[in-house]
Amino acid sequence: MTDTTLNHDINHDAHHDEHPRLLKNPLKWAARWVFTTNHKDIGTLYLWLALIMFFVGGAMAMIIRAELFQPGARIVDPELFNQMTTLHGLIMVFGVVMPAMTGLANWQIPMMIGAPDMALPRLNNWSFWILPFAFAILISTLFMSGPAPDFGWTFYAPLSTVYGPPSTDFMVVSIHLLGLSSILGAINIIATIINLRAPGMTWMRMPMFVWTWLITAFLLLAVMPVLAGCVTMVLADRHFGTSFFNPAGGGDPILFQHLFWFFGHPEVYILILPAFGVVSEVIPTFSRKRLFGYHFMVYATVAIAAVSFIVWAHHMFTTGMPIAGELFFMYLTMLVAVPTGVKVFNWVTTMFRGSITFETPMLFALGFLVMFTIGGFSGVMLSLAPADYQYQDTYFVVAHFHYVLVPGSIFGIMAAVYYWLPKWTGHMYNETLGKLHFWLSAIFLNVTFFPMHFLGLAGMPRRIPDYALQFADFNQIASIGAFIFGLSQIIFLVVIVRCILKGKPAGDKPWDGAEGLEWDLPSPPPYHTWMTPPSPALIIDREAEAG
Amino acid sequence: MKVLKTISKLLLSIAVMLISASAWASEIKDARYNMPSGVTSVSREVYGLHMAAFWICVAIGVVVFGVMFYSLIMHRRSRHPEPAKFHQHVWLEITWAVIPLIILIVIAIPATMVLFKMDDTRNSDIVIKVTGYQWKWRYEYLNQGISFFSNLSTPMSQRMNLEPKGPHYLQEVDNPLVVPVGEKIRFLVTANDVIHSWWVPDFGIKQDAIPGFIHEAWAVVDKPGVYRGQCAELCGAGHGFMPIVVVAVSKEDFAKWVTKMTQGKVNAATMLPNKAWTKSELMQKGRQIYKENCAACHQTEGNGLKPLYPALAQDHVVLGPAADEIKLVLTGRPGTPMQDFSNFTDEEIASVVTYTRSSFGNNAHDIVQPADVAQIRKSLGLPEHT
Repeated sequence: MTDTTLNHDINHDAHHDEHPRLLKNPLKWAARWVFTTNHKDIGTLYLWLALIMFFVGGAMAMIIRAELFQPGARIVDPELFNQMTTLHGLIMVFGVVMPAMTGLANWQIPMMIGAPDMALPRLNNWSFWILPFAFAILISTLFMSGPAPDFGWTFYAPLSTVYGPPSTDFMVVSIHLLGLSSILGAINIIATIINLRAPGMTWMRMPMFVWTWLITAFLLLAVMPVLAGCVTMVLADRHFGTSFFNPAGGGDPILFQHLFWFFGHPEVYILILPAFGVVSEVIPTFSRKRLFGYHFMVYATVAIAAVSFIVWAHHMFTTGMPIAGELFFMYLTMLVAVPTGVKVFNWVTTMFRGSITFETPMLFALGFLVMFTIGGFSGVMLSLAPADYQYQDTYFVVAHFHYVLVPGSIFGIMAAVYYWLPKWTGHMYNETLGKLHFWLSAIFLNVTFFPMHFLGLAGMPRRIPDYALQFADFNQIASIGAFIFGLSQIIFLVVIVRCILKGKPAGDKPWDGAEGLEWDLPSPPPYHTWMTPPSPALIIDREAEAG
Repeated sequence: MKVLKTISKLLLSIAVMLISASAWASEIKDARYNMPSGVTSVSREVYGLHMAAFWICVAIGVVVFGVMFYSLIMHRRSRHPEPAKFHQHVWLEITWAVIPLIILIVIAIPATMVLFKMDDTRNSDIVIKVTGYQWKWRYEYLNQGISFFSNLSTPMSQRMNLEPKGPHYLQEVDNPLVVPVGEKIRFLVTANDVIHSWWVPDFGIKQDAIPGFIHEAWAVVDKPGVYRGQCAELCGAGHGFMPIVVVAVSKEDFAKWVTKMTQGKVNAATMLPNKAWTKSELMQKGRQIYKENCAACHQTEGNGLKPLYPALAQDHVVLGPAADEIKLVLTGRPGTPMQDFSNFTDEEIASVVTYTRSSFGNNAHDIVQPADVAQIRKSLGLPEHT
């Protein structure tokens, strides 16, 4: 396989693959990572950052669940509890899912579309290296004399403006940096996909992962500036005497929520669409059958993205919106179920009459499919405005968004890592450990999050550090589930490190059912790939019958 | 096999933990695991909608997961080594887009009707204004002239696990909202500082309380009883500690309650204005008022919560002239969480000021009399309130 596809230019560049070693030459080693403009290096940096932040944000979740293990004040005071919920949310959204998805995009998009690198390599370096500084600023708030941000990741005014602790300003700066990084990354992805596709890689031949990321990048470009405006207005209200969100000066606290959710709702699709792309790669591979309804999968993704801009106020049904507004946002929100349903039905039909095996990436993709659908069901229930009056701001909502984010986005990322790790490293991961990781994660995330549906319905509000006694049993179950789920993630780290250090050689195409240009490259791929475009014959013609 | 063994061991240990947890939980009698159907027509319709949506989701789930697990079992490689080649079908795509659309329209119709019903606040019999504060609720019966604060009454010792927790731990208050059954109550919901949310699950009401804006909700309660809820919008460190308790009583009992509440006020106004209070009377009353109205921010021991809520212990205003402290309490401090307490009576303010000046290690040794407060109130141009 290798010899047919590996072209001479790559062999020529082989000396690039001799990288400085950390122990032999630490300065050169650091310089390589700091100044790199290589999409594979930058992808690796993004993925490691996401993994580190996953454990940081996860540790905060453990503190939250430990406090809620039993009723009564236990290990943290209510103030610190609020700081933990705030930072857990911000870190998981901005520090884990978004960088991990961008890391996957960096590694995969050039290899999948037959491009030599990202279109804007220096910008790529910059958009990554903003992130460690942004998170250093965000996490530094924990060590300041006042409290860290303590108003939830949604930082509603006036709790974050008039009543926000001084550290709020650091959070504002951090969010600005994160937004900048995301916008630069999105520009780069759009430029790459539009300009650097290999000859023959037409729009309707692009892998689903590339399609979902292209659409995600447009969403990022559209909504991150809105968030930037929103946090700037928070800063102005706090320090420059403005009253955007302060009724005493003619402002409106609800304006904040409109701005935030105009960003926030497309943001949830930013977090999930690339995972849709991953699953659309993994399920066909392990079903040994083409993705069913490729065209409709693309249209459905575009439809979801388009509708995501006009449903934001479903987060605000209880704020006293006029009934016309409530009906508008209710109907449109319900409509999201149609394209999302189309996607789920297509994945299921892809497996139907396939020839299925259950390697770790497939297990994570199946976990995604089952549990994301459960999160979708509770999403439909939440869209019903009258019922939402009872669900809003309860643990039912916590259960819902953790079902779409943990077995949704996070499982999507894990499926991707297990799927492409052999390609990236050239080594096979340990399948037994991978499966153990999957089963522990899948079982205990359900033990953690499923009881939260009951808690919410029975009347437990979210973001409370202590609760009435009738909520005690399910909280205890959820906490036990969370501890084991959290500990299981150490297996993930072990699998990755073992794979890098001493995995068995994986071969260029470890999955016999896989299709796509990345599998035509050696494993690990050379530092520079597709310096000359792949032969158009290698590109899958999705119109033709699968062969 | 090794993996299976490990998993089964883990499952066993979890089961043991869960059994011990549930043995502890069995002490709780009133555990509910679903949305309550409640005691208003709206809450019952919302419950019906919730259950309908739930069963529709279950039905769709059975079909989708049924096909999925059928494929996973029947079309695994060991059973089905040769995969089929089909990969598109336009009519199938259109069908599975249209069927969910029809199902959604079917649920949207009742949802729309319930929403219109919830929105109709006309023809109410009683109007109650609900104001959220950090971290308590204030209820004002606009036509009856009754107004009071409602604070969490669970003692700190229970929260700190020093005493066994009561049956209504964190869901009990000193002054519950009292409403009559069978009458249409219109709630006007607002907030004084940050956004709160007034939620009584049994009424099907959750209305965000937003500073500067008033929103409406309504209920006709069918059944006398005690209904409990909580603040549903994160409002700071005390968010989990501002419950809502509504006592629904018969119309006759409600009328009696209104009489009692309004008469007590008349008595206070006619009997007390010129009485000189002793320090111990003021301290005792002040301690109570402080606990109910000030301690949420300034803390029981007067230590405050930095940086927003200053300590009163060794505070320069509290240690300064009494007149300054009275002025601050009457006017509040705009732009900070310190609200104005001018709605409190002269003797309430006198006693709480006296209390703060001689507690938490502060030793002003002075006594503030209601007459002093009345005088300052006058000098500030505020209406009398005895």
